[in-house]
Formats: sequence, structure tokens, C-alpha cells
Amino acid sequence: MFTAERYVRPATLQEALELNRKRSSTILGGGCWLRLGRKRIGTLIDLSGLGLDQIEERDGWVRIGAMVSLRQLETSALLKERFGSLFADMTGHIVGVQFRECATFGGSVWGRFGFSDILTGLLALDCEVELAEAGRIPLRDFAARKADRDILAAVWVQLDGRKAVYHTVRNAGTDFPVLACAVSCGEGETAYRLSIGARPMKAVSLEVTPDTLETALDAVSFGTNLRAGAAYRRHLASVLANRGIRELEGEQA
Amino acid sequence: MNITVTLNGTVRTAEVRPDTTLFDFLREQGCYSVKCGCETSNCGLCTVHLDGHPVLSCSVLAVRADGHTIDTLEGLQEEAAAFGACLADEGAEQCGFCSPGLILSVLAMARELQNPTDDEIRHYLAGNLCRCTGYQGQLRAIRRYLTERKEASRA
Repeated sequence: MFTAERYVRPATLQEALELNRKRSSTILGGGCWLRLGRKRIGTLIDLSGLGLDQIEERDGWVRIGAMVSLRQLETSALLKERFGSLFADMTGHIVGVQFRECATFGGSVWGRFGFSDILTGLLALDCEVELAEAGRIPLRDFAARKADRDILAAVWVQLDGRKAVYHTVRNAGTDFPVLACAVSCGEGETAYRLSIGARPMKAVSLEVTPDTLETALDAVSFGTNLRAGAAYRRHLASVLANRGIRELEGEQA
Repeated sequence: MNITVTLNGTVRTAEVRPDTTLFDFLREQGCYSVKCGCETSNCGLCTVHLDGHPVLSCSVLAVRADGHTIDTLEGLQEEAAAFGACLADEGAEQCGFCSPGLILSVLAMARELQNPTDDEIRHYLAGNLCRCTGYQGQLRAIRRYLTERKEASRA
């Protein structure tokens, strides 16, 4: 468990940003991951007073606030209407309901964890992240960046007709995935976008067609850990990608 | 710093550190039904209701509960007794250590889901681990409790 000397709930994102410039400060999202460490924190900056817990549609995008809980993602009527079961599929296996009530969307995206179901799923969509200082940048660029002192305020998902499906393999129902795979297809496009996470490294995305899939997967690196070996992960990537492509082909038919 | 919460229907003010978990705060307030099992946010044993939603008290800071309503098993005795009777009837507990967390999750589920299927029940309760029962007795007990609850609401 971490320790903290001070607790502040800023009234504005700018105030939070100023407080977070100090290296001894830490942002408090859901706190689920933070509590597993032993960090000694000077100022704990709680973002829960900034209204970042909303999911709303604006000008052809859905804006998901960083403090939205994983349970909100799972049960949101707006996300279900716009993306089908995608967000429920991305979140439903993460530990349990009471964990998902605590853990935040922003915490998962900001962490850029290799095992992240959320990052893997989002990379198959057309997304931008909204940072307090850097403004809006493509999610793909954000995923490649190292963590800095900026603050994630929201993720914007474009409503451009892109359909996506999400599949994972897990050794136990609520464990981290052995492999995660999201597949998406834009309106009228013949190529598919694959996002492969829990390799166990951070998710990567690539464009494929059914004919180029295996060659493209051969170029992706897979690793070994206690959950599975690299060769098995490579095998699963093909299985899950083909499953996703067939599903999307079925939707288009 | 001081926080004020409505705990099991009673307003309480207490001083907490910025890093005090809701779990530690509740135990200090005498809510001994709230137990810590894993400390890694996995087992569901420390589940309480925060504004009616089930949360892991080991993962929520007490300062986050300031101004909010918390319910533990101590405050939900009547509903808990009804489900507890179903657990007993179905032989659905052995050591009983996980029961407080399970009961709080089942009560939250009963409020949230209308007529859940067995799969929906399993999905909702996937975050409550039990090392004794194999879950089949619990599932029978939950079905019985939901049926009795429905019949009671019709009467």
C-alpha cells in the first residue's frame, strides 16, 4: 500500500496540472493499481471533483471522461447504442463488478499496461486522447509515448461507422488475458484493423486483409510469461483475428 | 483530515489520513463484518455499498467516501438474514469467511438486475471468491432468494 502526506481535490484541471508538476505528486484515479505499490506520495491529487465521470456524444464523437468507472463503460446505454457490445466485452472480464465500480477508464488508458483490455479495444477504433497540457492527440501516438506529468482528461471516440469486435483468451475467467484481440472495419473498407494486446507487451495495431493476416502476424513480436508462451500467443492471435474477421464479415453480409 | 459519512444510516465524522482505506476506516468504526481477504482487489471479501453501489473497501480511500453513504452488513441485517437463510437451506457455505462480501454483492445484484439468468448471476458475482463451496450451492441459494423476494413483492 502507498503512503500519502497530503490529499487535494482540485476544482480545475489546470490546478491539478500545477500540483502534478512536482515529482512527489501522484494523480488518484480509481486507486486500484496504485494501492498495489509502495509509493511514498507527497500530494495525492484526486480528480473526482472535475466532472470527468461523464460519457457524452458531441459533434460526431463520444467523449469518455477519465474518471468514468469501468462499470460505467460496461453498462452505458450510449456506448451500447453506438458500439454494440464492444465496451461490455472489453470490460466484463476485469476482476468483478465491485472492482469495476472502483477502477477508472483513465487509470487503465494512462497506465498503457500490456495487459490492458481497454487500450487494446480502443486501438481498433478511431480515438484521440485529451490531455490537460498537450491537448488532443491520436491515441496511437499517446500509446507510444512514455508517461509524463501531463493529465489525461478524456478519450474521444469518433463515430465514423467503424465496427469493432473484441475477443480474449484467459486461463481463468477474471484473470489478465493470455491474449487480447480487437478487430475493426471501417465503412466500405476491405482491410481490417487488428489490435493485439497482452502479448504480454503493450497492444499494437496493424492493417490486414484475410490474405495478408498470417504474414502480418509473423512480423508481430510475442513474449512468454507464466500465463503462456510466445508460440501459443502467436497461434491465438491468428485464431482470434480470424474469429473477429468472420464476425465482421457476417455483420456486413 | 475530517470526513463525514452516513454509515448504516447514522451520520459520523472522523479524522482520517489521506492514505487510510475505507476498509480500515470501517473496521475502526466497529463494522467487523467487513473483512480483508487478498489485499490485491481480487477476492470481493471487503465489498460494501457506496451510495448503493458495491465497491471494494480495500481499494477505495476513506477520503473518497466523504459526503457519501456507506452500507455494510451491519446496516442491512433484514435483507441479509433473508439471503442468509437461503444459504443455510442450500448448504451453501462452509467456513463462512466470504459470506459478508457475497451477501453485499447479492443484495446489490438483486436491486440492479431484473430476473437475472444463471449466466448473469455468475457474471455479476465473478468478483466474489469462495474457497469452500464450488459455487453450486451459492447459485441455488441465490435463485431461491430471488424467487422468494419476487413472491414477497407480489404478496
